[in-house]
Amino acid sequence: MQTGFRQQSLWPVKISSVEEISPGAFLLSFPRNFSFSAGQVLKIALGEKEVPRMYSICSGENDPEITILFNVKPEGSLTPQLSHCKPGDTLFISLPLGSFTGDDQPAWLIATGTGLAPFYSMLRSGLVNGKQLIHGVRYLNQFYFEYELTRMLGQRYIKCCSAEHHDKVFAGRVTDYLRQLVELPSGIKYYLCGNGLMVVEVRDLLIERGVPFNNIISEIYF
Amino acid sequence: MRGILMKQPLFGKTLEELKVVVSHLGLPGFTAGQIAGWLYNKQVGTFDEMTNLSKKARFLLNEQFSMGVSQPVKVQVSSDGTKKYLFGTESGKFIETAMIPEEERITVCVSSQVGCKMGCLFCMTGKQGFQGQLSAGEIVNQIRSIEEAGQISNVVYMGMGEPFDNLPEVLKSLEILTASWGYAMSPRRITVSTIGIIPGMITFLEQSEAHLAVSLHTPFDEERKMLMPVQVAYPIGEVVREIRKWDFSHQRRVSFEYIVFGDLNDSERHIRELARLLNGLSCRINLIRFHPIPGTPLQAASDESLYRFKERLNEKGILTTIRASRGQDIYAACGLLSTRELLKKEQQ
Ligand SMILES: Cc1cc2nc3c(=O)[nH]c(=O)nc-3n(C[C@H](O)[C@H](O)[C@H](O)COP(=O)(O)OP(=O)(O)OC[C@H]3O[C@@H](n4cnc5c(N)ncnc54)[C@H](O)[C@@H]3O)c2cc1C
Ligand code: SF4
Repeated sequence: MQTGFRQQSLWPVKISSVEEISPGAFLLSFPRNFSFSAGQVLKIALGEKEVPRMYSICSGENDPEITILFNVKPEGSLTPQLSHCKPGDTLFISLPLGSFTGDDQPAWLIATGTGLAPFYSMLRSGLVNGKQLIHGVRYLNQFYFEYELTRMLGQRYIKCCSAEHHDKVFAGRVTDYLRQLVELPSGIKYYLCGNGLMVVEVRDLLIERGVPFNNIISEIYF
Repeated sequence: MRGILMKQPLFGKTLEELKVVVSHLGLPGFTAGQIAGWLYNKQVGTFDEMTNLSKKARFLLNEQFSMGVSQPVKVQVSSDGTKKYLFGTESGKFIETAMIPEEERITVCVSSQVGCKMGCLFCMTGKQGFQGQLSAGEIVNQIRSIEEAGQISNVVYMGMGEPFDNLPEVLKSLEILTASWGYAMSPRRITVSTIGIIPGMITFLEQSEAHLAVSLHTPFDEERKMLMPVQVAYPIGEVVREIRKWDFSHQRRVSFEYIVFGDLNDSERHIRELARLLNGLSCRINLIRFHPIPGTPLQAASDESLYRFKERLNEKGILTTIRASRGQDIYAACGLLSTRELLKKEQQ
């Protein structure tokens, strides 16, 4: 698979839909005409010459469309514009790249916010067995794909919300949730995805609780 | 008070930006060059000291701009002469600057961000998370406002932060350091260190003549992923492939930083893979001793294995040196001092 990083390696696709699924969070889709491994990212720009940003592919390996899940950064250069795109608009994308890819071994998947995207892709691609998903958000309406994830994982889907309360949701951050567990499985892999501080805090906590550092794989949305 | 806070700092502006400033103020074009001289050459602390500017110019500058220079809030001095300066930032956080005196030169290690997003497993700065970008002025101020200002021979961008995650300000700071209207330093005395953010690295190589240092730490993909999350997006193999497109056989140098961890990345297998990865590239490896940070699962390598690793790499034809550990009694790891200061402030 080609993984070149030069900006010339972007090519145009036509957007098929842009949908706001929660305040400030959007799903953007376009037809898939390449294969990828769940967990990979795409570089995306609105112009061929613009500096692209990276987004995890959120859809499954066999879905007919590629979907990304993004948050609008109000001062950002790309996401406010992306959120205003319409079906038929042109987007420039790279080939899929990156190696934050999962396998069929048991693992805990820990994400905050849109860091859920690569895990959703892995789960949709069939990597469900032995997986436990822990998703941390600020507000209850940020549990993207809640219905489908509950259906796929049942009790192995743990929701943590730091700013709002609900019966079936752990009240607190992902780190609070992990801290109150009596034991953590040690022979499995832990995949972490989200912003740098969350990744560092969760990683430190896992290591402190006896998880070997070489069982922890992280992707940071820098 | 509000008016003062909103004044834009002048220090850190390039000559082009100063030309825009003087044009907006209705001052003659040549004033821009005069201001640059006062800011970067004569290093004055107030607009009133810019004596060859007209009274009107000084009045307008005082009215609408701040100088934008600040003094360190703390200095620690090591028994070997190394100093660690702590600067406050506008956002109330802290950054670190190290001054390392050697026989014939003084090297200053500057920070490019407040905290860092990249989360490398071995790094104290990474544990702070990202607190904000530094402006070009705040970067250059780290060599302007330390006691050794004016005697600095080398600058390395190896302090807090990933320079290529703050590319526009880092490039501006490099322009100020190297331009004839600025500090007029040779770019060959400046090294910018990255963990391998490829797009930023390409732009840097295109737009600056300064040396490049890349944090390598292991040639193996899976191992590097555990140490440096950036590996999943920008693998070291791709970083080296990009570097091979550039000429480092003359004055410009590329080096690879390699922290040696005990029982992890100093085996014969690593030597073979490093030789394969860097085969034919005109470069150097700098081996660095690891100074364990609080809570780290990583260990320091013994001196013996460090020297053996160096010998073996040299035998393989890769020029390898061991970086002297300096200032161990004042900072074992970059980010430690500012983290302590941050915690102290939070507790208060
Ligand atoms: C491997 C990887 C995968 C990623 N996957 C995803 C994903 O799946 N979903 C997702 O949502 N994101 C993802 N990201 C992050 C994404 O690439 C972008 O960084 C993010 O969407 C912001 O892009 P932007 O152009 O809108 O903002 P940028 O222009 O890059 O700005 C970034 C931040 O800086 C601030 N900023 C920018 N300019 C200024 C200014 N002049 N003054 C003050 N503040 C400023 C903005 O407020 C914003 O918070 C990923 C990143 C990486 C590295
Ligand atoms: S080593 Fe550099 S890039 Fe990595 S976390 Fe520390 S400051 Fe950031």
